[in-house]
Amino acid sequence: MEYFIELLFSGLTRGSIYALIALGYTMVYGIIGLINFAHGEIYMIGAFTSFIVATVLSIYGFPLLAIVLLAGLAAAVWSASYGFTVEKVAYRPLRHAPRLSPLISAIGMSMFLQNYVLLAQTSDFLPFPQLIPDFDFMEPYAHVVASSDLAILVTTALVMVGLTLLIKFSRIGKAMRATAQDRTMAMLVGINVDRVISTTFVIGSALAAIGGMLIASHVGQINFFIGFIAGIKAFTAAVLGGIGSIPGAVLGGFVLGLTESFATGYVSSDYEDVFAFSLLVLILIFKPSGLLGKADIQKV
Amino acid sequence: MISFQELKRSLLVSLWFVFLTFPLMVIKVDPIERIVSWRWENAVFVAIGSFVVSMLVRVFFVQKQRRRERLAAGTLVEREPLIQVILREPRYLYPLVAAVALFALLFPFLFSTYQTNIMITALMYVVLGLGLNIVVGLAGLLDLGYVAFYAVGAYTYALLNLHFDLGFWLVLPIGAMMAALFGVMLGFPVLRLRGDYLAIVTLGFGEIIRLILENWNEFSRGPSGIANISRPGFFGVEMSLESAILYLYYLMMALVVITIFVVNRLQDSRIGRAWIALREDEIACQAMGIDKTKTKLTAFALGATWAGMVGVVFAAKTTFINPASFTFMESAIILCIVVLGGMGSILGVIIGALVLILLPEYLRAFSDYRMLAFGAVLVTMMIFRPQGIIANVRRTYRFEKKQAE
Repeated sequence: MEYFIELLFSGLTRGSIYALIALGYTMVYGIIGLINFAHGEIYMIGAFTSFIVATVLSIYGFPLLAIVLLAGLAAAVWSASYGFTVEKVAYRPLRHAPRLSPLISAIGMSMFLQNYVLLAQTSDFLPFPQLIPDFDFMEPYAHVVASSDLAILVTTALVMVGLTLLIKFSRIGKAMRATAQDRTMAMLVGINVDRVISTTFVIGSALAAIGGMLIASHVGQINFFIGFIAGIKAFTAAVLGGIGSIPGAVLGGFVLGLTESFATGYVSSDYEDVFAFSLLVLILIFKPSGLLGKADIQKV
Repeated sequence: MISFQELKRSLLVSLWFVFLTFPLMVIKVDPIERIVSWRWENAVFVAIGSFVVSMLVRVFFVQKQRRRERLAAGTLVEREPLIQVILREPRYLYPLVAAVALFALLFPFLFSTYQTNIMITALMYVVLGLGLNIVVGLAGLLDLGYVAFYAVGAYTYALLNLHFDLGFWLVLPIGAMMAALFGVMLGFPVLRLRGDYLAIVTLGFGEIIRLILENWNEFSRGPSGIANISRPGFFGVEMSLESAILYLYYLMMALVVITIFVVNRLQDSRIGRAWIALREDEIACQAMGIDKTKTKLTAFALGATWAGMVGVVFAAKTTFINPASFTFMESAIILCIVVLGGMGSILGVIIGALVLILLPEYLRAFSDYRMLAFGAVLVTMMIFRPQGIIANVRRTYRFEKKQAE
């Protein structure tokens, strides 16, 4: 039973991180219908930026709380800037190009960013400082639930509530939903579609950066390659929930996290990534619209 | 030619990139020794580099705009590109082909064994590129797991050679068929998917194959790989390493020629035209009575066949394979070859493969920047020249009215 609870929490933690990254995929897909392959790399850059800032600050002797806040802020700001720039450089010129073009451009961007970090920093695994302290009140449960698990779950929950409120009630949120429904119509009613798309990339990238920082301090190490697998898995989560749907991305993230956690715990840990990929292939064959997505009708 | 306004905008772009790359390019920390090094010189490089690139892009767009204006005004007539003229006119084409063929035949005698070896690799990528070109260029299905079929071919030969001691020539068709079988196996479930989903599923498929090869020790010997694979035999003649390489070179050359011939014929065949129709418009293509399922499956199977064959050659060439040779990066390189050369264009893909494989070999000093450059190539080609170096020209029939007498 204890093992079950341990796996449950590890699954929920994984799931919440997948959900954070999946939100970026799903928001971008909802608005411009593009799979942003570089999103996993944005997440990696977020983790790296927070690693650099946190390490520098800890060397200069800042208190832990300040380190956590500043590292998180820096990760979000820089990742958002990268997301904004990637959209502007690699996707915007191709908005009216054939479908395959932005996709290939996105793959190129992903390769470019990955190797850019590799060259600018290092190919080694780097030890990530422990940003989340072990809480005292968690002491009795520490053998099943780590403090960082709890911190990740709480942070993700807060971020998701914030995002839902933003999209439901704010002006830009309404503009985003309008653009997702019908871009031409949104333009006609005076929405600056370019700005909405940029904002979507900024928000999605910042979410991924927070996810990157949380998971990196949970796992304790990072390198330039973490974005690739995380990106594919988050994409799986987005598709599982129904791409384009925001609650779907969250649900998909948790389903994927739990599946992986239980499958590696009870079946075999060698094939951890195979489970995720197989799940992806199975969903796409049997229910390509996902759990909460609308069926896509192709029109001439 | 360049106004002050544009200069200012480029300066702003350059400032933005300095800010953007600041944490990753300038700061470098050593978390164990707890040392921070500030590399300010990198910020200067980024500033200069991004300024120059931004100016070049501006100039490019200004030129393009001017050209369009002049074309519209009628002061400039669009000329057929030189390469298309050469391809069309037999009196230029035949001597050129003869020269290239002669050079290719004499290559191993003109250059060292080392160079020949590199050339074999380049030729392998030519065939891989032409194979992927069927799937991506002709049928318009973005396949990011192409390396899986390559792995299937290589492991088919390695395992059959290891357990049953089967020779190269026997396994070559078996490897091709195995890869085609896997192509159909992948093709079936993904038939209903549109472009972007297809890309991810094929990517996942490629990774699944690699992970299985890595983890299923009893089957594939895991990450340590399979060694001592036999080289291709020539009627049982014992060969030295050098003559084996020479033999392999001509073998690859023959494979390239066969591939070019087959792909060229395929392009103009009924199925080839069906692929192009499918690429252009799926619904219209179905309305014309083309069987979508069959057309997509044949594209996958035929594309995979070439990868399988090259996989067998690869295993025979290196005599050692392990899963590390079949990562996503391989698929990305092959895709890059097709995109750079020109999707759907046979000559383009050949040139693309030679450029992308040979250039990094001779620019060893910059080898770290190879994948970075490949990524940049994909993005820039899509933005500035989506048709590739050598565009695939549609066969058109011109109907010329006879002058009334």
